[in-house]
Amino acid sequence: MAAGSRPAAIRQNLSRPPRRTGFRQDKSRMSLAHEHPAMGPRKARPAGRVSYQTKMRLVPFAYVAPAMALFALLMLYPMVAVLRYSLQDRAITKKNAAFVGLDNYQTIFSDPVFWQAVGNTLYFTVVSVVFHLLIGLGFALMLNSDRVNPTLRSVLRVLYILPWLFTAVIIAIIWRLLLDPEGVINGVLMSLHIVDFKVEWFSSPNTALHALTFVNIWAGYPLYMVSLLAGLQGISRDLYEAAGIDGANAWQKFRYVTIPQLTPIMLSIAMLDFIWTMQVFALVWMTTGGGPIYATEVLSTYTYKQAFSQYQFSLASASAVCILILSLGVTYFYIKHQKAR
Amino acid sequence: MRLMRSTTGLLSAAAALAMCTTVAVADTTIEFVQWWEPELPAGALRSIIDGFEAANPGIKVKLVSGPFSTTHDQIVAGAASGTLSDVVGLDGAWVNELAKQEAIAPMDDLMDATKFDRSQMADIIKVDGKSYMFPLVSFVYPVFVNLDMAKAAGVDKPPSTRTEFADAAKKMTHPDKNQYGWVLPLSLQVPNGAQNDVMSWVWASGQSMLKDGKPNVDNPAVVDVLTYIKSLNDAGVISPGINAKKEQDKLEEFVNGRVGMMIHSLALLNVMRQRNPNMNIDISALPAVDGYTGKRGLPYASWGIGISNNSSHKEEAWKLVSYLTSPEVNGKLATIAHGFPGNVSAKPDLSKADPLFVKAFGIFQDGKLANEFIGLPVAEQLQRDMDVELQKMLDGQQTPEQAAAATQKQWLAEFAKN
Repeated sequence: MAAGSRPAAIRQNLSRPPRRTGFRQDKSRMSLAHEHPAMGPRKARPAGRVSYQTKMRLVPFAYVAPAMALFALLMLYPMVAVLRYSLQDRAITKKNAAFVGLDNYQTIFSDPVFWQAVGNTLYFTVVSVVFHLLIGLGFALMLNSDRVNPTLRSVLRVLYILPWLFTAVIIAIIWRLLLDPEGVINGVLMSLHIVDFKVEWFSSPNTALHALTFVNIWAGYPLYMVSLLAGLQGISRDLYEAAGIDGANAWQKFRYVTIPQLTPIMLSIAMLDFIWTMQVFALVWMTTGGGPIYATEVLSTYTYKQAFSQYQFSLASASAVCILILSLGVTYFYIKHQKAR
Repeated sequence: MRLMRSTTGLLSAAAALAMCTTVAVADTTIEFVQWWEPELPAGALRSIIDGFEAANPGIKVKLVSGPFSTTHDQIVAGAASGTLSDVVGLDGAWVNELAKQEAIAPMDDLMDATKFDRSQMADIIKVDGKSYMFPLVSFVYPVFVNLDMAKAAGVDKPPSTRTEFADAAKKMTHPDKNQYGWVLPLSLQVPNGAQNDVMSWVWASGQSMLKDGKPNVDNPAVVDVLTYIKSLNDAGVISPGINAKKEQDKLEEFVNGRVGMMIHSLALLNVMRQRNPNMNIDISALPAVDGYTGKRGLPYASWGIGISNNSSHKEEAWKLVSYLTSPEVNGKLATIAHGFPGNVSAKPDLSKADPLFVKAFGIFQDGKLANEFIGLPVAEQLQRDMDVELQKMLDGQQTPEQAAAATQKQWLAEFAKN
């Protein structure tokens, strides 16, 4: 319908600037009421009563208040409490625990087991993240490829995602059985003459950390696979066609089209995975308990033992703050990366 | 009229107050946190508690049940946040620290006020001279022998000495068939292998790992046991994967015929019967050093009971504790739990019991309960420290003497801290 054929009222409305609504409009009405002499003398607001303007200004805060309250209760308070405990002597177990400054940090920094736990945590995390990425990318490419039969692709999609469906406890039980010295893995390896003795995967200090990292890789790659598959499916075919016209081969298409297109997703997931993996507790606890000796001691098991085995909640809090700082470091890069995008 | 209205109002208020008071009395509810309910037949603990409620009108008991593995954390966290249940199921290894945390209350005043006969209890766990825990039911840890494997190996009776045990274990070991003589769990997740499977050998011969309540782990008796265990490991008679094995793995391997002997709680006899009904099992007290004729020390674990320090219903809580320790109820609980009662006058009903349970009761009466970890500070950490040193020893990183000395050093440090 042309503007000229509209009824006059509508045309008039269309020609007016849009009417301001809500808070601002009410504000202007109020100011008119106060200023116009015909509307009578301005009533004095009783002392102690909040003005309408102030109330209106508080409305946005009221909207976010529930979320802020939950955040404060569930996130901020525990974090502050842990920080406070880490500066006290024998927090929780001692009433009126005294402030001791950084003594607890000095104590854990002088404990060689803590540094072994830091080293193990970094190895476990870095290797897990790298292999999660490689395996996830490999499987995503396979599931996105036209060269694989569609029916087979559907079956593989279900199979590959299975590890993600299990909880840490189930994963620990499955792999403890599989990697038992009398278990299936050793049976297969021995029948293939790859090893000639029963490897004690979780029980030997030489293999335990590698076995544990392997299990974590198995449990965690589907997140990458699903995310990267979604990313691959979002890459425009035009880019590949253009690259093909320019004479790019399959590798060059992968190197110069696929990887740059997936990089933002890969970086985001890798950083999140780094934070999550650094805090893995249940899997380590259920499989090795941080042993044998201290071969698989990670920061989370070290912290747990300080708290619930030694009842040193202040030392445990200091260790937890160290994990928090490490996580915050990665979080900073994650946020920076997200902003840059 | 006005007076009448006022009177009516007053009467109504008085009636309402009376109702409230009645409700308040009727509704005195105490909580009882424990791990026992899931381990007993369905409804068994509840029926005992129902008996208590019937005998004590006005007191209701809410059972807060969970697995053993989480109960300890729940108690520590509950004590820290002031939400710990009124009555608390306890393991002896927790008592020292919980008492120092003031999570549990000494029960001496309550005992005195009700003229409780202390002598009726087989044991009372004390910290600094104050009574914090009654062991209600005790579960002894005998040696279980797979008689089918033993017979096939030419072993005709359960071993009674260390030499006999080593000999039987060697005979039962056939690595090609995945069969081993013994199973030793040293996982650091639940480090009670140091207690049940290692130090128990010391206590069985009437020896000790303590001196005047302080660590004495590097004494010759302990070193002998470590040397003995190392010799069993070197002989290849222990099921592989020691450092990652947990207590439940022992049971799995035993009922599946992969190990010939294990040290385990008698409480799981029924589970063994269910898991492998065709298996022939025998039990014996833990083997002692050759020539030992004294009373055999029997490792044990307990279902202990205590009262929360935060409880505002301590009298009601005490009523429940004294009800559960009374001879009749204690005997009933022990019978259901397949354990031995904490009250010396209580008699478990053996008429329908498994013959092995009857045999174990005989071993229990002939021997003496021995678990030196009960009541020690940070007992679980002491066991974990020892497990680490044992792992190093079995890995060839140190000798038994060095393992004992290193454990002693760590234990002294833990005692100094706590």
